Amino acid sequence: MSKFKEILLTPIFKDNPIALQILGICSALAVTSKLYPTLIMCVALTVTVSLSNFFISLIRNIIPTNIRIIVQMTIIASLVILVDQFLKAYDYETSKTLSVFVGLIITNCIVMGRAEAFAMQNPPGISFLDGLGNGLGYSLILIVVGTIRELLGSGQLLGIDIFTTTQNGGWYVGNNFFLLAPSSFLIIGLFIWALRSWKTEQVEEKEFLMSKNAPKEVETHHA
Amino acid sequence: MQKDSILNIILVGIGLCTICGAVISTVAVSLKDQQEQNVIFDQQSKIIDAARLLEFYPSSIEALESIKEVIVDLNDGQPSDYPSDQYDLDTILRDSSQHKVLNGADDIAMISVRENISKVFIEYRNNEFKTLILPVRGYGLWGTLYGYLALDSDLNTIVGLEFYKHKETPGLGAEVDNPNWKKLWNGKKVYDENGLVQIEVIKGFSNPGSEEYSYEVDGLSGATITSKGVSNLLAFWLGDEGFGPFINNLKNKEIKLSDV
Repeated sequence: MSKFKEILLTPIFKDNPIALQILGICSALAVTSKLYPTLIMCVALTVTVSLSNFFISLIRNIIPTNIRIIVQMTIIASLVILVDQFLKAYDYETSKTLSVFVGLIITNCIVMGRAEAFAMQNPPGISFLDGLGNGLGYSLILIVVGTIRELLGSGQLLGIDIFTTTQNGGWYVGNNFFLLAPSSFLIIGLFIWALRSWKTEQVEEKEFLMSKNAPKEVETHHA
Repeated sequence: MQKDSILNIILVGIGLCTICGAVISTVAVSLKDQQEQNVIFDQQSKIIDAARLLEFYPSSIEALESIKEVIVDLNDGQPSDYPSDQYDLDTILRDSSQHKVLNGADDIAMISVRENISKVFIEYRNNEFKTLILPVRGYGLWGTLYGYLALDSDLNTIVGLEFYKHKETPGLGAEVDNPNWKKLWNGKKVYDENGLVQIEVIKGFSNPGSEEYSYEVDGLSGATITSKGVSNLLAFWLGDEGFGPFINNLKNKEIKLSDV
């Protein structure tokens, strides 16, 4: 039992796909200016990564090594199309907001990464849990980013006024920076900083040391 | 059978594609009606919102029943007998015989081509012409904004403006969807006494005391280019290349609405 729990919970804080592996950043920037589309995106990705892990793991023993990547892609792409179709049918407004970013789940490194790294070597049950865990890890970051951006950018959460903005006759001047994609970099950066201060084992070892400034007389560009 | 044999590669490939293809097409076909319904419903609700019909009708169904679709020839401003249920803007914009290519100075809304015929909506209240709802579009910052402009029966006073499709930045350009901003349009005038389009989204706030107040709408802060795009698309669609001739014909009673 504890093994299942570990597989499910590890990707949330200990091995977070965005914060530790720095994967899937693109959509974390693109869809998080409002919280509601962010939540839908989290559900869409979590469903995709869980099911793709499950199905890929189910047929892992018959997938020929030569074409394994394209087989994984076919399954992932099919699932993403399904998610997109359901969204267009049942939440049209949000699907308009998310537009191309639902389709781009296909290229999300987390989905492909979990398929190749986990589902190809493990049975379907725990592969599904691994997908679910990674989806939740991704969701955690997106929700944090989405909450901060919508609150500081438009003074709202899920479209409900928290700070009434001056446009609507209140006092809060929305910070336009948080409505633009680069603000996500800032928030994700601060999140990673906080997470690594708490879990110091996540701090990467320095790959190289910066050399001291070379003395003036030495020829510097011999490389 | 060997996992990496050529036979297995072919079998897995074909099998996987067949299964995935079958699942996707089944789902796509079974959800198609619902999706098309969503698109139609979304557009209809924008038409109703632009004309503020829910203030006068108890429900959308009654509001829609009061609306008549009319196909208008944009070149001469006369109603066309083109069947309105076969009207499809996408087809027209692809077919060079059915649209006009706009060049430089004419293309203020940056739409490249303009359809020869357009579908407008007319609301009759108590059997009298009340609101004219025109489809408008034009380029903003990131893409084309698509919407509806509703004019009152004097063909000069704006009832409302609604966009149903755009790609503007949330919180900045996408504030074109902000209910408080949309309210500003109600009661604004389009044409001056010389018949020129004067309505404009200005930078900053319009001064209620000024002469131009009835032609000015407050700009969206942080979205100068979107604001300008909205001004331009209105100037285009209300001008000579857009619905200008049709509106003039209606004003001069050269078309009777009972005929269309």
